[in-house]
Amino acid sequence: MKKSFREVLKEGRFIVTSEVGPPKGTNVDRMVQIIELLKDKVDALNVTDNQGSVMRYPSWGGCFLIVEQGGEPILQVTCRDRNRLAIQQDLLFAHSRGIRNVLCLTGDSIDVGDHKEAKPVFDLDSVQLINLVQSLNSGKDIGGNQLDSPTDFCIGACTTASAEPIEPHLIKLQQKIDAGIQFIQTQAVYDLDQFKRFMNYLCKLNKDVKVLAGIVLLTGPRMAVFLNENVPGIFVPQPLIDQLQVAPKGKALSVGIEIAGRTIREIKEEGLCDGVHIMAIEKEEVVPQILEVAGL
Amino acid sequence: MKTITAQKSFEEILEVLERTERVYIVGCGTCATMCQTGGEAQVLQMKERLEQAGKIVTGWMVIPTACDDLTKEALGEQAEGINQAQGILVMACAFGVQTVVSWTDKPVCPALNTLFIGKEDVPYQFSEVCIQCGECILGWTAGICPVTSCTKGLLNGPCGGTKKGGKCEIDKEKDCAWVLIYQRLESQDRLDLMRKYKRPKDYRVVKRPGRIKLSEDLLKRSF
Repeated sequence: MKKSFREVLKEGRFIVTSEVGPPKGTNVDRMVQIIELLKDKVDALNVTDNQGSVMRYPSWGGCFLIVEQGGEPILQVTCRDRNRLAIQQDLLFAHSRGIRNVLCLTGDSIDVGDHKEAKPVFDLDSVQLINLVQSLNSGKDIGGNQLDSPTDFCIGACTTASAEPIEPHLIKLQQKIDAGIQFIQTQAVYDLDQFKRFMNYLCKLNKDVKVLAGIVLLTGPRMAVFLNENVPGIFVPQPLIDQLQVAPKGKALSVGIEIAGRTIREIKEEGLCDGVHIMAIEKEEVVPQILEVAGL
Repeated sequence: MKTITAQKSFEEILEVLERTERVYIVGCGTCATMCQTGGEAQVLQMKERLEQAGKIVTGWMVIPTACDDLTKEALGEQAEGINQAQGILVMACAFGVQTVVSWTDKPVCPALNTLFIGKEDVPYQFSEVCIQCGECILGWTAGICPVTSCTKGLLNGPCGGTKKGGKCEIDKEKDCAWVLIYQRLESQDRLDLMRKYKRPKDYRVVKRPGRIKLSEDLLKRSF
């Protein structure tokens, strides 16, 4: 039986999580393979929720598969597509199927996805969503009505450690910490000096929350430029793009794996934070290689 | 506050006027004139295009303020042209269109889409300032409205998508509303207001469609 993520957070060792992106459709074969490959190599696996506002198989659907396969899932929930009733309903359902970890997110804008004409919901924001999950944990819904039994979710949040200016984001993070989150998975980290500054700020907030630095695998120079231009909250520094650019033909992915593994190794060796969250978007099969380079 | 409008495509206007051969055109001298969507120049352009498309324009006018009660009188004065028409094309905001609807039995169709209630920043450039949410929080946000100015309407701080320099994740030209709020509150030494948790919005505040009748007690106190 795999250790619960909540227990792992208390152990004080270097924590590693990763994520799987659900399919665009009903064929879950690849996702099942990725879960099988990664479930015992990482402490928990996130499943994205219509990532990049692209409509996909649901996050809780992927989380069920992880539970079925004996892994530890982290359910990603965004505020973009569901109002407070729908979010609570999904959380109750997820809880009844053994999902115990929730990452509370705002959600990318509708405009970056593949249903640009859809109505953005944002009935709640991410701080309110955290409070909603806390409310379910205390046995009441967000309307103050009694539940027949409380939920028991371990709650996480995201932050953009590389944001400039960072101060408004730190205030929001403080609100999330005050709301009772247990872990933070950051947006992609590439510049470790900048990340150290972020951690220094965070230390001043002085709360017992585990921080996992986000590691987004760069698969090539074009992907890096795409991330910069199209993915909210990700900034790939030019020197890394240059490294990918000069890689021999067919070797850019290896360079990307090297960059990700090296970054993780440095984070661990320097004790910058409590762990990492590896996002190898549509290349989840190389996560073991990244871990190998990182010495994990 | 002005109602900001944009002209519908001519194809859509022709589609809705498919069974209307004789048309009367109404423009508006206030917001739609300012937006260059329903002033005299646009009304005359529309007349010409409709005639080129084979329609007969039985008359036109630009009402000073189409949403005003005086629209009734204006329509009465133009009864001759309007009576000859099978329908009225209104180049005003939806409020103007519905005001015309309430004073005529003729079919009425809009030539404009009503986009938002906003202000004119500089000539010909408009921005939305209020979505009329019914729960004003400007007192907590340094007078900058995140419900309107944040693309996601977030009440507690910026989303993670803010771009370098504090720009919105979907528009490099647009400042992140929460960065602006932060900067202003900081300059006023009031950042504690930003740390305050804002509860989810209460959508009961205004039942849609919004209707309100001032109580007699209130009116007695006022006069």
